[in-house]
Amino acid sequence: MNLTLKIWRQKDSKTKGQMVDYKVTDISEHMSFLEMMDVLNEQLVNSGEEPVAFDHDCREGICGMCSMYINGEAHGPDRGITTCQLHMRMFKDGDTITIEPFRAAAFPVIKDLVVDRMAFERIQQAGGYISVNTSGNTQDANSIPISKHAADEAMDAATCIGCGACVATCKNSSAMLFVGAKVSQYALLPQGQVEAADRVQNMVAQMDLEGFGNCTNTGACEVECPKGISLENIARMNRELMKANL
Amino acid sequence: MSGFFKSSIGRKVAMALSAFFLMFFLLQHFAINILSVFSADAFNEVSHFMGTNPLIQYALQPVLIFGVVFHFVMGFVLELKNKKAQGMSYAKNNGAANSSWMSRNMIWSGVAILAFIILHFIDFWFPEINTKFIQGDWSGTMEGVEGFRYHEELTHKFHSHIRTIAYVVAFIFLMLHLLHGFTSAFQSMGSTAGRKKTLQNIGKAYSIIIPLGFIFIALYHHLKYVLS
Repeated sequence: MNLTLKIWRQKDSKTKGQMVDYKVTDISEHMSFLEMMDVLNEQLVNSGEEPVAFDHDCREGICGMCSMYINGEAHGPDRGITTCQLHMRMFKDGDTITIEPFRAAAFPVIKDLVVDRMAFERIQQAGGYISVNTSGNTQDANSIPISKHAADEAMDAATCIGCGACVATCKNSSAMLFVGAKVSQYALLPQGQVEAADRVQNMVAQMDLEGFGNCTNTGACEVECPKGISLENIARMNRELMKANL
Repeated sequence: MSGFFKSSIGRKVAMALSAFFLMFFLLQHFAINILSVFSADAFNEVSHFMGTNPLIQYALQPVLIFGVVFHFVMGFVLELKNKKAQGMSYAKNNGAANSSWMSRNMIWSGVAILAFIILHFIDFWFPEINTKFIQGDWSGTMEGVEGFRYHEELTHKFHSHIRTIAYVVAFIFLMLHLLHGFTSAFQSMGSTAGRKKTLQNIGKAYSIIIPLGFIFIALYHHLKYVLS
C-alpha cells in the first residue's frame, strides 16, 4: 500500500517543531507500524535526509518504550497493544497517517517522536518498591498466604509497563492510571502493606511535583492502555491516600 | 489533613463531596418544585416553610452557597491546572475513540450551568433575599395575591418564551453534566461502585429524570399560560 505520513519533526528539545509530509510506497499490510517507520527511515537515509527519531526496544509489547500518537490515539487505532504490535493491516491504501509524539508538559520532546518519560522513573523512586531484604534469607512463598483474588488483582496491576499511553491520551495529561497501578501492585500484597501509607503519599506528591494533571475520570486511559489496566486502580489509590491521611 | 486537600487526589475528593451535596440538594429542589404542577397550595406551604425556617435560612443556605461557589471555583482551578499539564495540543486527537463527549466537556456543561444559576439567582434568589433580609418582610405574601406569593412568582417567570427556552437548554446541559458527574464522583471517592451496572443505571436514571422533570415543570407553566 502507498501512504502519506504527516510526522512531527523537531530537531531537539529547544527547537520548535512542525508537521512534515512524507510518502511511503509498497508497504506490506503484514508489516508492523515500526517496520513501516524503518522503511521510511531507510528511504530518508538513502536520500541524505535525517531519519525520524522514535523510541523502540523489544518490539514485542513488553518494554513500553515505543510511544507515538497515531491518527489521534496513543499507539494507534487498535486496542490492547503497543505501537510495535500495531500492524499496517489496520490502514488502507492511500491513507494519510498523522504521527505525533506523546504530548504532556511532564513528557518533554527530546527529538522528533522521542519524549522524556523520566518523570515516571522519579515517581517509582519515590515509593514504588518494598524495603524487605530478600537476599539470602528468602522465605518460603507459602508462609504468607495471599488470597487468589488479591494475587490476581496485584498481578493485573503489575502488568503496567509504564509506557505513558495513559498520560498521552488523557485530556488532562494525568498519570493517575500509572501511579494507581504501581500503588495497587504493592498495596494488595502483605509485603507492600508495611510501607503502604508512606508509599502512596510520596508517589502522589512526586506525581503532582512532576506537573501531571488531575484525573476527571473520562476513562480514556483505560481504553488506550496496552495492558488493560483498570480504572479500579485509580479508585484504590484514592482510597489508599485517604486512608493514609485519616 | 490540610496537605491532603492540597494534593491532586484531595482536590478530586473535595470536588466529589461538593458534587454529592449538590446532587442531594437538586433532588430536594425538584421534589418541592414538582408540587407546583399538582397543587399550588402544597407548593406554597412547603416554600414558606423552607423560606422562613431559621435552620434552613441561617445554616443550610450558607452551606449551599458555599457548596455551589466551591464546586465552580475548584472546577475552574482544576481545569486551568490540567490545561497547563497538557502542554502542546495534538494536531489530530480522536477523543471520541476512547471517552464520552460528556466526560471531555464537563467544563463547558459547567459553564452553561453557571450561566443558568446567575439567571436563576436574578430571577428568584436575589428578590427573595431582598424581600426577607433587606425589606424585612417574612410574611410570604404580596399585594394582589391571595395567600402565599410563591406559586404566583414561579408561574409568572414562565410567561416569557425566552426564559422558558433558556431554562430548558440549561437543564439539557445539567443532564449532560450529571451523566458523567454522578458516577465520576463515586470513582473520585475511591469507590468502585460507580463502575457497577446497578449504580450506573441509578446514575443514568437520576441524570435524565431530574433534568427532564425540571423541563416538564418549566414547559407546563409556560404552556398553561400560553394556552389560557
